[in-house]
Amino acid sequence: MTAEYPLPDLPAPPPDGGAVPALAIRGLAKRFGEKIAVNGISLDVPAGSFFGVVGPNGAGKTTTLSMATGLLRPDHGSAAVQGVDVWKRPIEAKRLLGILPDGVRLFDRLTGEQLVTYAGLLHGMDRGTVAARVADLMAAMDLVKDAGTLVVDYSAGMTKKIGLASALIHAPRVLVLDEPFESVDPVSAANIRSILDGYVASGGTVIVSSHVMDLVQRMCDRVAVVAGGRLLAAGTIDEVRDGASLEERFVELVGGRHTTEGLEWLRTS
Amino acid sequence: MVAHLLRLKLTLLRNGLRRSPWQLVGIVIGALYAVGIVVTLVVGLVMLRQADIALAQTIIVLSGSAAVLGWALIPVVLSSVDLTLDPSRFTTYAIPMPQMLVGLALGGLIGIPGAVTALTSLGTVATWSHGVLPAAGALVGAVLGTMTCIVIARVTTSATAGLASSRKFKDVSGVIAFIPLMLLGPIGVGVTQGISSSAGFLPVLAQALSWSPLGAAWSVGGDLAAGNAGAAALKFMLACVYLAVFVWAWKGLLARALVTPAYSGGSTKRGRKLGFFGLLPATPAGAVTARALTYWFRDPRYGGSLVVIPLLAVVLFFQSVQNGGSGSLVIMGPLTAFLMAWSISADISYDNTAFALHLSTGVSGRADRLGRALACLILSLPLVAFFVVFPFVMSGDWGWLPGILGLSCGLLLTGLGLSSVVSARYNIAVPLPGDSPFKKPPGNAAQTMLVQFGGMLVLVVLALPELALIIAQSVTGDAVFGWINLVVGPILGLALFVTGIRIGGRWLDRRGPEMLAELGVNR
Repeated sequence: MTAEYPLPDLPAPPPDGGAVPALAIRGLAKRFGEKIAVNGISLDVPAGSFFGVVGPNGAGKTTTLSMATGLLRPDHGSAAVQGVDVWKRPIEAKRLLGILPDGVRLFDRLTGEQLVTYAGLLHGMDRGTVAARVADLMAAMDLVKDAGTLVVDYSAGMTKKIGLASALIHAPRVLVLDEPFESVDPVSAANIRSILDGYVASGGTVIVSSHVMDLVQRMCDRVAVVAGGRLLAAGTIDEVRDGASLEERFVELVGGRHTTEGLEWLRTS
Repeated sequence: MVAHLLRLKLTLLRNGLRRSPWQLVGIVIGALYAVGIVVTLVVGLVMLRQADIALAQTIIVLSGSAAVLGWALIPVVLSSVDLTLDPSRFTTYAIPMPQMLVGLALGGLIGIPGAVTALTSLGTVATWSHGVLPAAGALVGAVLGTMTCIVIARVTTSATAGLASSRKFKDVSGVIAFIPLMLLGPIGVGVTQGISSSAGFLPVLAQALSWSPLGAAWSVGGDLAAGNAGAAALKFMLACVYLAVFVWAWKGLLARALVTPAYSGGSTKRGRKLGFFGLLPATPAGAVTARALTYWFRDPRYGGSLVVIPLLAVVLFFQSVQNGGSGSLVIMGPLTAFLMAWSISADISYDNTAFALHLSTGVSGRADRLGRALACLILSLPLVAFFVVFPFVMSGDWGWLPGILGLSCGLLLTGLGLSSVVSARYNIAVPLPGDSPFKKPPGNAAQTMLVQFGGMLVLVVLALPELALIIAQSVTGDAVFGWINLVVGPILGLALFVTGIRIGGRWLDRRGPEMLAELGVNR
């Protein structure tokens, strides 16, 4: 099927000189009925980078990341994790990948601890390793107190954190996190960020999607701007923002900003 | 403002219908059913005009009281009160309380139950059209009675809202509410016997109820027709007072609800208890088994299908006792095997998008299938064994045991194999995670029916050898067929079980992402 689709536009060699990119996306496209959600996106995420994918609501971020991680079959194009094709060799690719999807339920009748254990065991890890890592992860996510609470009774932020813990349990090489900081409190967000920074420093690759530009500018070293199912810009943060702030540049690229005229009645004076 | 609330309700109703033509079909069928009920009841009420006034009064007061009681209790137990005009959604708008009350109360009339109640109660005007005064009294009573119904439903639901928003209550009440429904037969028999033996009691009961909040409004017309103007006036005033009290209580509860956000905080629990995950082998299939077993105990949607089995046993037990013998009880074993095996035929649909975890961890389809089937098998074996043996303990005649045991084993294993294939291939409309097990699920009802009936048909075909042997035994009366069944059932069942796991696993490996995409539709 689509997995055999020829690579349409082979990109220039990766910037850091021939190393295999952590995630290589080639011409991914997806159509839902009449609506084209993703319209041919190609992207290289170099190994060891902290990569941000930004775009307005409905830009195709989630669809692109789902296709790149084996959760949604693309109509066209391919994706490879460290050179392993996600759609041709899914088992190997998924061993390298840690995924936090957005807008997906969890097995929420399990306790937090059971859920992370479950994810570890599904990866085929042995009981001792799973138990040790679960304990570490629960501590790192500030969830020790609630380890025995059912996930269904968690707050939105805690649910994100337990999802992240499930994605980390098998020590993946590449982490793909869709909106990881949504409704996470500032303290936990800072903790998670330091975990991710340490992970990147040790050679891992993190890809986060977000529409909070400030966060991406502070946290990531590379960024891709997606809108209307297309890639508008990609590169290091400094290349993309080109002197301006990322938010200004983003608004300029995406468009749709209109000057605030009207609403005179709202002014209090 | 009142008109706005009513228009909002109508708009919500219309937009709901616009979402899918099937919803329209559903509501049309519901409406036809309701029209049928209303017509029957109204015709009955009109005919009651010819009847003795005392008899008519007894019937109307009793059924009216039952209606009020139903409005008070059913929404609480089913926790299915119509939330389209949930007061807590209006907190951010400054709507004056009196207008809000009137708007919500009238909004309650829009919809099938409200319309049925209103139209039927207007039918009592025809019953009491002996003169202008009784008819007018009946009209006033009907309006008061209908309003009492609507307001009392609001009172009981707001009073129990705190309770109903707690997850545990929802889980438990959803299942418990189903029990009386299942036992409707035996209960009905008991009640009819009780009534026929004490028919003289009913007028007394109606008389008493006519002074209570349940029946006061409904008795005004009858009392006027009987010439008791004094009693009628008194009951009219009582009905008004009762209604006022209910409105006042509702207002108080509403005022409280508007400032207290729904919050269901659970106590925090430290971990270190892995449950089934600590007991079963630390393999992917073992983990899936542990997860599925945990869900059988924690998710009411699974428990709901379990509760049916003892209830069926009770129903069959009653039946066999009434017929004098335990003949029909024998089918309990095979029936349990069938129900248990078929209960996981929508297992992935029950997961909903949580299935993404299986996909993202890359667990093999075969481990997924095997784990789920084993969890069901672990629970089913003792249950099926009990229901196979129990009828024979009752009757003391063990001649049929080998045959029934073989058939039950065959059905259980074959069914699990088939379920493993069906649930890997078809997405079926089931209640969403967290919903009541008996809530009407969203999604494609037609495909669900087709898959369910088609699957059961295939199961019958696959289990034909065992069924044929049972038929052969009952025709010839030869116990040898039973012993053959005891051998054939498990062997054939096991073969089909393994085949089912294999085919289902392969299907899931190939179509996992497509399955997830289908599941995402019914989020």
